[in-house]
Order: sequence, then C-alpha cells, then structure tokens
Amino acid sequence: MKKLSFVKTAAVLSVAALALTACGGSNNPTAGGSETAGGGGELSGTISGGGASSQEAAMTAWVDGFRSVQSGATVQYNPVGSGSGREGFLAGQYVFAGSDAAMDAEELESSKDQCGPDGAFHIPGYISPVAVAFNLEGVDTLNLDAKTIAAIFTGEITNWNDEAIAAQNDGVELPDTPITVVHRADSSGTTENFTDYLAAAAADTWTYGVVEDWPEEIVAENAQGTQGVVGQVTATDGAITYSDASAVGDLGTVAVKVGEEYVPYSAEAASKAVENANSVEGAAENDMAVELDRETTAAGTYPIVLVSYHIYCNEYADQETADLVKAFAEYVVSEDGQSTAEASAGNAPISEALREQALESISGIGVQG
Amino acid sequence: MTTNVKTDLENKGRSRLTVGQKPRWTWAACLAGSAVVAAAVLALIGFNVAGWAVLTAVLYVASMYVSTVVLENRRKATNGLWTNLVFGAFVIALLPLVSVLWTVLSIGLPGLLAPGFLASDMLGITGAVDQQSVNEGTSVLGGVAHALVGSLLITIGATVISVPIGLLTSIYLVEYSRGGFFSKAITFFVDVMTGIPSIVAGLFAAGLMMTLVGPGTNVMGFSAVLALSVLMIPVVVRSTEEMLRVVPNELREASYALGVRKWRTILRVVIPTSISGIASGVTLAIARVIGETAPILVTAGVAIQTNWNLFQDWMMSLPVYIYRQMMFPTAPSAPDASEQRAWAAALVLIIIVMLLNLLARFIAKAFAPKKSGR
Amino acid sequence: MTTTTQQSALHDPKSAGGRAGDKIFSGIALTAGIVILAILAFVALYLVVESLPALTAGEGELTNGKTSFWSYVGPMMVGTLIASGVALLLATPVAVGVALFISHYSPKHLSQPIGYVIDLLAAIPSVVYGAWGMTFLGPLLVPAYRWLSENAGWIPIFAGGYSQTGRTLFTASVVLAVMVLPIITSMCREIFVQTPKLHEEAALALGATRWEMVKMAVFPFARAGIVSAVMLGLGRALGETMAVALVLSPGVLSANLISAGNQTIPAEIALNFPEAFGMRQNELIAAGLVLFVITLVVNMIARWIVSRHKEFSGAN
Repeated sequence: MKKLSFVKTAAVLSVAALALTACGGSNNPTAGGSETAGGGGELSGTISGGGASSQEAAMTAWVDGFRSVQSGATVQYNPVGSGSGREGFLAGQYVFAGSDAAMDAEELESSKDQCGPDGAFHIPGYISPVAVAFNLEGVDTLNLDAKTIAAIFTGEITNWNDEAIAAQNDGVELPDTPITVVHRADSSGTTENFTDYLAAAAADTWTYGVVEDWPEEIVAENAQGTQGVVGQVTATDGAITYSDASAVGDLGTVAVKVGEEYVPYSAEAASKAVENANSVEGAAENDMAVELDRETTAAGTYPIVLVSYHIYCNEYADQETADLVKAFAEYVVSEDGQSTAEASAGNAPISEALREQALESISGIGVQG
Repeated sequence: MTTNVKTDLENKGRSRLTVGQKPRWTWAACLAGSAVVAAAVLALIGFNVAGWAVLTAVLYVASMYVSTVVLENRRKATNGLWTNLVFGAFVIALLPLVSVLWTVLSIGLPGLLAPGFLASDMLGITGAVDQQSVNEGTSVLGGVAHALVGSLLITIGATVISVPIGLLTSIYLVEYSRGGFFSKAITFFVDVMTGIPSIVAGLFAAGLMMTLVGPGTNVMGFSAVLALSVLMIPVVVRSTEEMLRVVPNELREASYALGVRKWRTILRVVIPTSISGIASGVTLAIARVIGETAPILVTAGVAIQTNWNLFQDWMMSLPVYIYRQMMFPTAPSAPDASEQRAWAAALVLIIIVMLLNLLARFIAKAFAPKKSGR
Repeated sequence: MTTTTQQSALHDPKSAGGRAGDKIFSGIALTAGIVILAILAFVALYLVVESLPALTAGEGELTNGKTSFWSYVGPMMVGTLIASGVALLLATPVAVGVALFISHYSPKHLSQPIGYVIDLLAAIPSVVYGAWGMTFLGPLLVPAYRWLSENAGWIPIFAGGYSQTGRTLFTASVVLAVMVLPIITSMCREIFVQTPKLHEEAALALGATRWEMVKMAVFPFARAGIVSAVMLGLGRALGETMAVALVLSPGVLSANLISAGNQTIPAEIALNFPEAFGMRQNELIAAGLVLFVITLVVNMIARWIVSRHKEFSGAN
C-alpha cells in the first residue's frame, strides 16, 4: 500500500500544480492588442493559407491585426514551408500561399485549375534584409565587399586579421581570432537569397551557384533555423553567419559595399532594393514577382534582401472567399498592416510606390464565372 | 590458513559464522582508497570533479572484486561485481534524467507559474506584445490552453483507435494463430511499421484524408489522430505481444480444465495477469506519440485559438507549439518570451505523460490479480 | 473440445452464447490483424509511389547536382546505422542493468517508484531532448572530445580534430541512448518480474548466489524478450528525427565521431522536408523508404535470433 500512497501523492501534487496555475484565468489581450480595435467589419468566415516559415512572425501580427479590422473573419496560416505552401495552394488546400520564391512558369500554368484562366499572382508582402552578423569582441560593424564576404564563407579567409578585411576597415582593431563560419543546416530561403547575392556579386569566389542547402563541400559549423545560427554565433567568439536581420540582436553586422560606399542593413535600404528590382520576364501585368539586382550600384540600396511573396488567385470560386482574401490582402500591404508587422517581426515595410502597385493588383481579385 | 583463522577468532572475537567473509568495513576502505588513488592520478593530468567521480567508481568496483576474490572466493566476488555494476547502471541512468528534468524545471517553471499560462491561448499575442513584456519586464502573456486541448484530444483519439486494434492483434498472434502464414505476415508487417519515419506517417495520413474529404478540409485533428495511430499501433502490438507470451500456459490450461471458454479465459485470466505489462506498454506508446512534432504539423496544422472539434478546423498541439516557439519565436527580436513559453509547455507535456502513466498504473492495479509467489 | 465443454456439468449455462462468443472474439482479433495489414499496405503503396521518381531518376534529374540517388542516400544510411548502433551499445547494458536493479536488486518497496522514475525518461518529448543535447550535453562533452582527440587520435573514430561546440554524432548517439533507455528498461523489467518464482527459488536453494540465479533463471527466460525490447529501442533510435536534427551539426560522412559531420536519414528528412517540393520531396520520401527497409532488415535479423532461441522463450 505504501507504493500506492506515493503514487497518489505524486498525482495529487501534479494535479494541484496544474490547477493552481490554471485558475489564474486567461491573460489574452483583446483583439488587436491595442485600443485601435475598431471592431465591426462586415465580413465573416475563415480563410487558410500556408507556406514560408520566414513570414511566421509577421503573419501572426497580420492575422491578429486583421481580426481587429474584421472581427468576424479568421485567417489561419500554416508555416509548412514555401514549397509545401505552393503545392497546397495549387491543390486547393490553401486559398493563399506564402513563398520565399516566386512560382515558375509550370506552376503558374497549373494554378489556372484553381484560379481561373488568369492564374495566380505574387505580392511582395514581406521584405526583410538578410544581415551578415558576427561575434567579435569590441567590433560592432565591419565594411566588407561581396568578394571578401564570399571568401570568408568559402573558408579562403580564415582569420579576422586577414589583409583583405583590414584593407577595408581603417581604424578598426582586428583581433587575431580564427573565423568560425556558421551556416543553416536546414533548407532555407535565407540561404538561397544569400547565395544568390554571392553568386551574382562575387561569381569568381563563390562558385557553388544559388542553393537552398549549404554546399556540402564547405566544411563548417551549422545549426537549424534562424534561432539556431544566431544562438551558435552568440556563443562562439569569432563566428560569422547570415540571418534574417530581425533576429541578430546584439551581434555585430556587416555593411555591404554597394557601388563606392558601404551600406549597413536597414529597412529603407532593403525596400529600396525591391523597388528598384526588375519584374520577372513574361509575367502578367499584375504579377509583382521580382528579380532583385544583386549587383546594384544605386546609392543607399542594401542588396541582400529576402522577399517573401503572398500568392493569391486572380479569381476565386465563390464570392465570400474572394471578398475575404481581397480584404486580407489589402490589409497586409496597407500602412497599418505593414507597420504592425514591423513592430512585431522587425521586417522592412514596403515603400509607398510598391504599396500603390500592390493595391492595384489586389483590386483585380474577383469571382470565377 | 587454519592457524590464521584461529588467531583471527582469538584476536577479534569474530563469530564462527562469519569466518571466511570479508570484514564489514571492506567497502569503506575500498571506496576511500579508490577516491585517493583517483585524485592522485587525476592530479597528474589535470583534476576535474566529473573525471574524479568516474575514476573512483571504476577503481572501487575493481578493488572490491579483487579484495573479495582474495578474502572470500571467486563466485562471491563475481556476484558482488555484478551487484555493483547493476547499481552503477541505475546511477548512470539517473544522471541524464536528473539533468534533463533540472533543465526543464529551472527554465520552464517560471513560465508555467506565469498567471493564466494554462488558461490562455495565443489569440492576440504578437511580437509587439512579447517585446513589450520583455522590455518592461512584465510577465509573459499567452499560454498553452489551445495546445493542451489539441494534444489531449489527438492523443486520446489515437489511443482509442490503436489500443483496441493493437491489443486484439497481439491476442490473435499469441492465442489464436498457430504460427501460420497470416500471423507471420502480421508479425512481419508490424516490424515494418515500427520503421516508418514519423513524417512519412503524417504525409500518408494527410494524403489519405485529402482523397477522402477533399483538399482544404483535410487539415484537422482527426488526420493527426490517424497519423499517430499508424505510429502507435506497432508499438502497442510489440509490447503487448511480449507481455501476453510470458503468461504461463499453466494458467490457461487450468482455466480450460475448469471448462471456461477460450475467449473468457483470455479476458479473465490472460489479460489480467499481464495487465501491468500491457498498461506500461500502452503508456510507452502514448509517450512515444504525444511528443511527435512533424506528423502533427502536416496533418493538423497550427492554430492560435482553442479548438475542441477533432473533425473541423486546425488544431495546435504541445510538441508543435514547443517546436514553433523555440525555433520560430513570435518576436524574432525578443525570443526570450517565446523560449520561456516553449520550456513551460515542455514541462506541461512531461506532467501530462506523468499523469497518464499514473492512470495506467491505477488501471493495472485495479485489474491485476492478487499477487503471490507463483 | 466443444463437445466436452458442452457435456461438462460445470459449464456456463449460456454455453451457446459462449460458443458464439468464441467465434466473435476470434473474429474480432483476426479483423484487427487484417486492419493492420491494410494500413501497412496503404502506407507502403504511398511510399513506393512517392519515391519512384527519385529512385528511377537518371543523372541530372536529381536536385543539387547529385549523380545518383544511392550516392546521396548511402552516406546517410551509414550515419544512421552508426548513430543508432552506438546508441544501442551505450543503452542496452545500462537498460538491462536498470531493469535488473528494479526487478531483483532494489529494496522491494522502492522498485515501483524507481520504475516510475525511469518511465519518466520516456515521457520527455524529443524536442526537449534535442534542446538539452544542444545546449547542455554538447558543451559538457567538449573537454572529453579534446582529450580523446589528443590522446586517442590514432583510433580512426577519434582522428582528425574535434568539435568546438560538441554537436557531433557521438553526442547525438548519447542523446539517442538516453531516449531508448526507458523503452528497453520498461520492457525488460516487465519480463524479468514474470520469471517463474519456482525457477528463481530453485536456483537459490541450490546455493546459487544472486548473480548466478539471475544468470541461470532470469536471463534464459527473458532472452527473447530482451532482444525484442532492444529492437523496439532500435526502431526508435533509427527513426528519431527532432533530437538528432537539433543536436547534430550535419555534414559529409566521416569516420570521425567527435567532430561536426555525418548525417542521419530522419534528421535529413526533418531538416529539409519543410522547404522541399517536387523532386526534392520525392528524394526525401525515398530516403524514408530506405530507412523503412533498414528497420525491416534489422527486425528480421532480430526475429531470426529470437527464433533460434525459441526453446527458452515463452512460459514453457
């Protein structure tokens, strides 16, 4: 019987612990998290989207903010990854998708099954600079050009007091510390963007092309996810990585050489890069898929930018969905939506010019038939 | 030798019964000696506490063996050696447990004790809210109510599906099959099923439900229930089969001899005899699936609000919640809040499994026959 | 059999019901078996259909410029087997020891609480193990790795440097060992306590020491069960995704267990599946199929071992 009483005591204790904390009642803030909650809104229903996990923090803010504008409407977003998001969108599982990469011609073609004859289109709803972040005692910022960055990440430069780094950083005292490169262990849009930049701007040094998975040939430390690499760099003196800028925290960051000057990452410099980008060849008029100009020399542009798209249908099967999607899409690119996301996720709000273009595209969302 | 024993007896007044046994203080002497030698050895190559403890333990076990061989005999020495090793195994097993539990408790407890953690979901919790609470040092808002509900519903669903199927299959295998082709096939395929990577089970369930109910509506709690069942059934079958097999045949034969039908024998004799093992196997199976992340993510999606309906809308579960909060914080610039919620949720998950474990033991206690030496 | 029971004076008055009960019950049990076969057939079909494109892909069709599927999955197969093998090597002796401790060595009133504590290990979700391995165990093992690298570098598995962060295949194996330990312990314990008391008492009465009793009475009785338990643990170790994904700093296959590198199939799937689509997804599912086959082969070997010792297994 003694054993039983031990077991009983343990059970009672743990139930009590659960109950104790449960009786505090819900601590959820009211809709919108602030007094701007207008309530009201005439739409109701649920729409589901899925895709890139890079947008997750921003999407949480959008979903919450949209609830304060349209109290009857619910948006849910499944961060399954860009590829699965596009696939689910094409299969009709999601009514919108979030994706770090634009759909290719084949995918656009097959989107006509779900979206009517005009297919789907992209809106660059989430823009975030990718920072090259490092942990180096006493150094907060470094000036580097693309070639040097590529040489560091390929392992050609192995020490922080290397000649190539010193030449670009007059007056900075560089310690004799070995460089530990930390990269993403998982497939990621961030890696793709970063290698896209290296492949375009330092083609001689970076010969591995544009990849989502870090090339196996380069032996380096790695970690899973943005939090993983940032955590690893924070813990290791002399480590360097690339990461979504919102997560770099107190780490030092690199100002990248653009034209003749060095540009540190900033929201404005990032959205400028998207504004100056070329639209994808052969795309429909309202399709805002872009090809970033990584070798840009335009002043004040930060070229390593992650653009994550929202993919919507031009035509939806029923009116209710079309209205909901349209309202949500408009909210996302609106000034309110973008600033809400910036406050939560630390991404870069889109510029006024982009906003106008996006609203124009979104206004075309309609019903099939 | 004999003269020695006599002098021993005369000098120390030891009883005749303890002749040929090592003195009681041998273990203390061995332990002290080992500790000193270990410290001395480590002092040469650099001292550290962990190394010292390990080396002391090794030396202690070895010296005990040697001294028992010398003072008693080889058989007793072997017995003592294995006793020490078994105790050692237990201590080794405790180390990671204590370490993991300490990590979870020390990081997770503040989050769990935050007001309303278990009663709140994540509705209205955005990065801005988190940043505010981290910057101003107020308590972290948001909680796990939605994930708790989701995890419980999904796990209960999976248990309700897999335990009957698994238990009945193992009954078939042990009691009915005569080692024929069909039972061999089942055994074989159950083995195969233990090797299904969990993500594949999730994809399979998602694909199956997609063809059954159509895209869009297939993301729901029930799809996750199916995915977890695929993972859970083989574990239940394998462990219960083993438990049923060790039930002595004498019990069955005695029951048959009294004219009891086979199915009543199984229900009244075989299962009660092995119920403690079955309960423990089922608990392990539940513990195995309740912590699954990937299959639930692709089948039930994620949600920020509480959903009580397994057959409609997305559902959050604790492991998905932990994983998302840990790897993709709500506020990337202030990950501390999310981390705290993640560890607290992990603590909640452990407590749940603990309670399930207790429940299984109570059930086993209630059904088990009175035990006496067989 | 049926006639004798019907003629028996002791039999249940509702014997017709009893007969039907027998039929129904065996029918239900059989159905459960069929359901399992059906589920498995579906899963297998799904796996094969989804992985066919990757298995049959020629050069240039696979993503990331891999030449053939096997050159891609081969190193990961080895990595998976090494990680699980080392994990079992570490876990099995400890697990059997703990099970013995609980069933035969510990004071009687302590055995149940202790068993409960060990079961707790199984209750901890793998994400937590992963986080623990990454933040606590890895750094803890770094000094040991440095020592091994400096003093035992001539052994191939320790040759060629060591990891500064401790996120190595060996650390992953230790975490896996901790994860499979409660599974093996729990099953072994249940089987050990089922050892017929008569056998144990007979051994003791003949003057056997406790260890000799365990060796003569408990182990022969439990041998098949131990193998079964270890295989169940191996299944868990082979298929474990999240913990390995978090703990290991993956890379190309190397014999060195104490530096970054190596990769296991489930971790590869977990890391890359979220962003995979098209051919990449097929590749990963095909990798899953390979894992599936590995588990199968391992299990078949185990069954074979068990059947060779069949005379010891079971109650009689």
